[in-house]
Order: sequence, then C-alpha cells, then structure tokens
Amino acid sequence: MLDVRFHGRGGQGVVTAAELLSVAAFVDGHESQAFPSFGSERMGAPVVSFCRISDVAIRVREPVTQPDAVVVLDASLLHQVDLFAGLSPTGYVLINSVRTLPELGIEELVDRHDADRLVTLPATDLARQHLGRPLPNISLLGAFAALTGAVSLGSIATAVRQRFGSDVAELNVAAARAAYTIVKEARRAPAG
Amino acid sequence: MRQQVEGSRAIAQAVAWCRPAVVPAYPITPQTHIVEAVGAMAKEGTLSPCEYLTVESEFSAMSAAIGASATGARTYTATASQGLLFMAEALYNAAGLGLPIVMTVANRAIGAPINIWNDHSDSMSQRDAGWVQLYAEDNQAAVGLHVVAFRLAEELSVPVMVCVDGFVLTHAFEPIELPGQELVDAYLPPYHPRQLLDPEEPVTIGAMVGPEAFTEVRYLAHHQLLQANDRFPALAGEYAAVSGQRLSALSAYAVEGARTVVVALGSVCGTIKDAVDELDASIGVLALTLYRPFPAAAVRAALSGADHVIVLERAFAPGAGGVVSADVRAALAGLPARVSTVVAGLGGRAVTKASVQTLLAQAEEGRLGELSFLDLRTDLVDRELGRRDDVHRTGPHASHLLRETGVPSTRIG
Repeated sequence: MLDVRFHGRGGQGVVTAAELLSVAAFVDGHESQAFPSFGSERMGAPVVSFCRISDVAIRVREPVTQPDAVVVLDASLLHQVDLFAGLSPTGYVLINSVRTLPELGIEELVDRHDADRLVTLPATDLARQHLGRPLPNISLLGAFAALTGAVSLGSIATAVRQRFGSDVAELNVAAARAAYTIVKEARRAPAG
Repeated sequence: MRQQVEGSRAIAQAVAWCRPAVVPAYPITPQTHIVEAVGAMAKEGTLSPCEYLTVESEFSAMSAAIGASATGARTYTATASQGLLFMAEALYNAAGLGLPIVMTVANRAIGAPINIWNDHSDSMSQRDAGWVQLYAEDNQAAVGLHVVAFRLAEELSVPVMVCVDGFVLTHAFEPIELPGQELVDAYLPPYHPRQLLDPEEPVTIGAMVGPEAFTEVRYLAHHQLLQANDRFPALAGEYAAVSGQRLSALSAYAVEGARTVVVALGSVCGTIKDAVDELDASIGVLALTLYRPFPAAAVRAALSGADHVIVLERAFAPGAGGVVSADVRAALAGLPARVSTVVAGLGGRAVTKASVQTLLAQAEEGRLGELSFLDLRTDLVDRELGRRDDVHRTGPHASHLLRETGVPSTRIG
C-alpha cells in the first residue's frame, strides 16, 4: 500500500490531483482510493486530499495519517500546517517551489530523510509555461510518477485525458511530461 | 464495466439507468454532485424522458416527488442533513400514501452547531417515517442498492431511502463495477403502480381518515414495510445473479464463533474489518444494510453466539443513548449477550483503525460500559463543565471549544 497526502490551497487542484492519481493507478491495474479532507471550500484556504494505492481491495476509510508520500502544492504552507506529520524517513516528499531544499528552511525534514526521496520542482512555473495558468497539480503528478515509480506517466496522461477536454488535457499532459523529465534527469545526475 | 469513478457520479449513473421519469431536487452538500449529474443527463438527453424540476426547497422537492409519484411516474430525489429535516412532514406523507419514491441521503450531521461533515444523525432522525432505509458500506454497494431500491419500492409500494455516507463515499474515487443500461433494464421492469391518479378512473389518494380506520391504515403500512425483510434479500439475490454484485440485508464478517461482534452501518464497516483483521482476537463484524424495517430475526440469529455485542453508531439519541443499539437490544432479548453502545464519528470525526483497536482492547479487558463516546476529548469536556461552576453566564460551548482546539482547516484527521 502506498498512502499519499496532498497539501495545498483551495483553487490549486489539490482534490483533482488525488483523484487523477487514483485514476492513473487504476489504469495501471492497481486498486486505489482518493478522497478529500472536507472543509468549507474556499479559494486560498488550506486543503488536504488523500490517495491510497494498493494491490488488494481497499476497505479502510480513515484519513492518511502515516503517509508514504507527501505532495505540497503550495510551499507557503510549510510553516503553517504540519505537512509532514506521520511521514516515515523513507517516505517521498515533493514540494512545488522555485527554491532548493536548503532554501526552504526545512532542515529538520532534510536531515532525517533519504535525500533521494526529497524533491522540489517549480510546478507553478511549468504550469504557467504550458497552460498559461498557475495550476501546479498535473505537473506535480508527472513529477510524482518520476520520483516514486508508483504510477506510469502514460496512465497519468490517460487520467488527464479522461477528465479534461482535448485542448486543456494535452497542455496538462505536456506539463506533466516536462515535470517527469526534470525529475528523472535530476535523479540521474550525481548529487550536488 | 469497472471504472475508477467518484461515488456521486456512479450513483447518478445508476439512478439514470433506472429511468426515473421525474426528479425534483434541491442541492445541498454533500448530495450536490449526485443531483447535478442527474440534472445534466436529463438536460443533454441521455436520461430521457425525464422531467428534472429545480424546486425552491427540500420541502418542495419531496412535495413534488409525492405529486409525481401519485401520477404513476417513477420518481427520484436526493438530499442530506438539514434538507432531510426540512422534508420531514412530506416524508411521512410519502410513506403514509404508499408512494414508491427512491431517495438518496448523503449522510451528514445536523446542527447546531453547524457542521457539514458526515454522520448518520440525519437519516436516523427519520427512521420511523415509514421509509425503507438501506445503508451502503461502499460505493459498489451504493450503486446496486439504488437499482434494487426502485424494484423494492415499486413492488411493495413503499418509499426507499438509500443512505450513503456523505463525503466519505459520495466524494471518494474508487473502482466500481457499473451495471450498464442493459443489465438494469433486464432487472428493473417499467413501473406499474398499484395506485395512481388517472382521469379515466378517478380515485382519491390522501383521504382524511378518522379514528374509525386510522389504526388499520397505519397497521397496513407497518405490515407492508415488514415485507421488505423478505423481499429485500430476495430482490438483492436476483440482482446478484445478473450483476455478480452481492448485496444482503446484513453481512457477517468473521462472526461465526466470535465472542465479540461489532455491529455497524455504512462506510465505517470497512475500517472496522481492517482493524479487526490486524488483531489476534475472536472478534466479528456485522454490517447492517437494511435498517428499516429492522431485520430483528436475522440480527438475533447472527448474534446468537456472541458474549459481547458492540454497536458502533454514527448518531445517538441525546438523553437516552444509542439508536441502533435499542433495536439490537430488543432483538437479543432473552439471550445472554451483553450490549455496549459506542457513539463514534460524529460530525465528520474520523473513525480510525487505531481508535477502533483501542476500543476493542478495552472491550477485551472488560472495561467497556453500556455507553461510551469514541475518542471523546474528556479534558475539553471537563474544562467546559467546570466553567459552569465558576460563572453563570458561561457563553456558548461551541465557541469555547473551537478556541481550544484551533483552526479546523489545518487539521489532517
């Protein structure tokens, strides 16, 4: 079972990200479940969503409190919400930011984590570039596929195409592909 | 066809395959996605013929449903929470008139305090309105229950409420085997009403009845509702035969030989089963799908071997205790089993595996009393109660507790 938690703000596609990840996992032949943490939805408010990926049917309905991966759509939440609560030292972290890890002021997390599993990515910039809109969610899904290998980029593309009309879908698929490539290449390059 | 789809979307699709002729609806969270999707299908013509009526309130929605159903039209609506309460008067009329309306309740707490999250307070408050009540354990069950609900309602001429946990199921994406139009058409014949308003053969539906026959009319409604104890399992069995999807009035999980059995309704059953699986103990789970009529004989048979029955409830009766527990206790009269009520998951508080396991450990140690509240913050409650000793003008509890617990939107669980 891979338990994923998404953190962001209302309007960034936090819920859609979890839903599309679950669809991608389904397309890949896994069992999966996605659901939002339900609040009074409004633009800019902190939002949490969850996705579980498994090879057996999923019955549990509790929120993800011990994630195997945390995806942060908005780095301004880093010092507001306990984003990494319950995350194991071998868990994955993907943060949408133009900054590097040392610049984000999260030494505590960086120190106790496998460096291979922490990634920052300027997903909002990528989205602006590809869609003309600051919606980082689909780019982050591409990066998530590269970072974890839990789902394929092709299945993310399938999920995106099922959800959106053809033009918007293709722009998002391009953003996801670009993010995927960036993360793959960064991980291939020697650390430093 | 197995699809990864939102619960609401799957329910709307299943309802559309049942070909409702009239859908009067008023949106309320967390039911909105369902009626939006049904409305869209009616508008684009994939659900046709269908009159989708946007009404101005839930009272109007149920009143219009009553009118539509009385003319012999297959009728569907959906609501939740305050919306269900607002319909209360009309709910009793729909049942009293014997109109086979099918309604989804996307279960949500009722205020005050205002709360949009999931529990069973809404549908439990209407358990005696005379409707059949079915509770879905997951979205796969929700889809099948809606199809069976129309068949059951129309055969018995009673309204059926399909209760689906708000957000937890309605907003969850999960793999669901969708039956398809052909299968639903094969299972659900066109509606042939037992009574209808027909200008060719005029009748009165809703005559005033005085003391001379009121008891008898009510008795007949009771008798009719009780038929569902036999007919729901039979119709669910027929549905399973054509769809491969099993539905039952109650489903027993590891109950045989178990000393302790947890009884629950709805989506929490999955979490409880996972919690039980991780324990090395003789604990079973009995999931109730049919709650009204209450399948007392089947519940008694399923629990006859248990020493301790724990009814985990997503609602309660203030000043009394458990709601479902009262029915379970009555069903077990004369048997040695001890019954404990645990009120859990009110107003969206997550029922976690860890909490359930702590509860079961207490039960094993004999420390579980007649009534308890899962994960109750006794420190907060005690402090708030203490305030009463200090001052007369205590102010509202809700605001005090919010201040003490912090901003809800930053919490995860």
